[in-house]
Amino acid sequence: MLTILFDGIAYGMLLFILALGLAVTMGLMNFINLAHGAFAMAGGYVTVLLMQRADVPFLVCLPIAFIVPALLGAVLERTLYRPLYNKPHLDQVLFSIGLTFMAVAAVDYFVGSTQQIIQLPEWLRGRTELAAGDWRLGMGHYRLFIIAVCAALTVALQYVLSHTRFGSRLRAAVDDQRVAAGLGINVNVVFLATFAFGSGLAGLGGALGAEVLGLDPTFPLKFMIYFLIVVAVGGTSSITGPLLAALLLGIADVAGKYYIPKLGAFIVYTLMIAILIWRPQGLFSRGAKA
Amino acid sequence: MSGERAQAALLRAARWKPWEPVLWLLAFASPLLLSQYSAIVNEIAIVALFAVSLDLVLGYTGIVSLGHAAFFGFGAYSAALFAKHVMPDPLAGLAVGIVAATVLGAVASLTVQRGSDLTRLMVTLGVALILLELANKLDWLTGGADGLQGVIMGPVLGRFEFDLMGRTAAWYSLSVLLLCFLLVRRFARSPFGVSLEAIRDNRLRAMAVGIPVGSRVAIAYTVAAALAGAAGALLAQTTGFASLDVFEFHRSADVLLILVVGGTGWLYGGVLGAIVFKLMQDFLSAITPQYWTFWLGLFLVVLVLVGRDRLLKPWTWFRRGRAA
Repeated sequence: MLTILFDGIAYGMLLFILALGLAVTMGLMNFINLAHGAFAMAGGYVTVLLMQRADVPFLVCLPIAFIVPALLGAVLERTLYRPLYNKPHLDQVLFSIGLTFMAVAAVDYFVGSTQQIIQLPEWLRGRTELAAGDWRLGMGHYRLFIIAVCAALTVALQYVLSHTRFGSRLRAAVDDQRVAAGLGINVNVVFLATFAFGSGLAGLGGALGAEVLGLDPTFPLKFMIYFLIVVAVGGTSSITGPLLAALLLGIADVAGKYYIPKLGAFIVYTLMIAILIWRPQGLFSRGAKA
Repeated sequence: MSGERAQAALLRAARWKPWEPVLWLLAFASPLLLSQYSAIVNEIAIVALFAVSLDLVLGYTGIVSLGHAAFFGFGAYSAALFAKHVMPDPLAGLAVGIVAATVLGAVASLTVQRGSDLTRLMVTLGVALILLELANKLDWLTGGADGLQGVIMGPVLGRFEFDLMGRTAAWYSLSVLLLCFLLVRRFARSPFGVSLEAIRDNRLRAMAVGIPVGSRVAIAYTVAAALAGAAGALLAQTTGFASLDVFEFHRSADVLLILVVGGTGWLYGGVLGAIVFKLMQDFLSAITPQYWTFWLGLFLVVLVLVGRDRLLKPWTWFRRGRAA
């Protein structure tokens, strides 16, 4: 019971880190980016390949898994994404589906379509049991590690958003792009930095999650819906919304798959549709904006 | 006076162009002339019907849907189950597929009423995924991941047997496509269809001039679902098989691409897009069977960056500066 809750929280935290970049870019640019999972996959594959072929330790891989997708994101934002900000949503959807297809096929071609396995270091493999009986709490060390990393990131991000100059610029640009630009904020640079950072976070999430979520070339398509759920349900106006939505989704998914395996993902999708019909702007958004 | 002129303009747009019957005659002659390609003609007809149905939702009503495969798959499974358990007559099966998809569409149309593009995207995608999950888990009914096998179809109209070459299948699908196309054409050119375009262009104004937006959107969505169901039923009947593949995400994405290649808001867009897409798919997967989605993706990216309304109209490629 508690173990399921624990696993659900770990899963939810992971989803949050993966989807946060998407939430911010969607709130900021009003851009529906279905290719977000591709950046996460890039991070995952960077880690796997470095560990398998170059014997780089896991902890060293994580920053690299952040940096590579971030650079990739920065380059793509500058070259391909920027012309599309003012296009209709249909164009954005098509474009990002196209990118996803390309990423999937390219990884398939270069690495192969098999599921990749991460060799975790020794100290992350164990499992600690607390208490006994019905309320036993079994904590895998790796999940504990995920929760710790993600929680630290969340606190840091919240701090950056609410207490730094960049954070206030970002919030201003999200609230009203034109006014922010009029006040002398270089909105383009804010966009670029945010997009790169969001892609980097996705890459980090992909690296952390390779063990839990599994990593194969169809990763961006398989988890696209999960990222979108987090964003659509959580809303894009704050980071607490997506955080709560991700935790809810993580717990619901793990619990659903554990207790009613027959229905599987069914519960999550039904829940999502119900929530979106009830509150189309997201569960935690501040009133209707559009 | 201006009312008469507007009426004349609408009527002129609704009139048959001289090239249209030629196109249809060519389509119907193709299984005879190129009999080894009948299978692909059949596929094109089915995909074209599917794309025309999406055009009603996307091109005419302006709802971005990523889950149109829900209705396609539902029609396919209904028709296949009907043929397997009740009777093998194709036309009855087609009707069952259409009715089933219509009911589903009517229910699902409640979900696309509210919210932004993102919300609708999610909800339509969610419906398709739920159905995929259902078809996967209810394996006593649908055969699960193995697909529904052993569907044997009777002859069309009790006379024309499905042959191995797929000529009957091609003509059958083409006839259904033509019939549905005529119906949609009538539907889209009617005052009702024009009101849909008004909703697409400006929902608020449409509401202000007294168009009941909610119910119009619901009806358009339901009709589109019925057509998608018909396309799905055709696929299940002509291949004698229904698998989870009919609900997959890539099917919704493909049909979106087809429609966009051909041009939205134009009924022949779906038909032409289907021809281009299927031939391209055939060509590309002959070169790289495994990685053809890469080229498909590249094509999509380039298409959007170039501007999607110009692809099938080469005469506009070099007119960038003048008419933006």
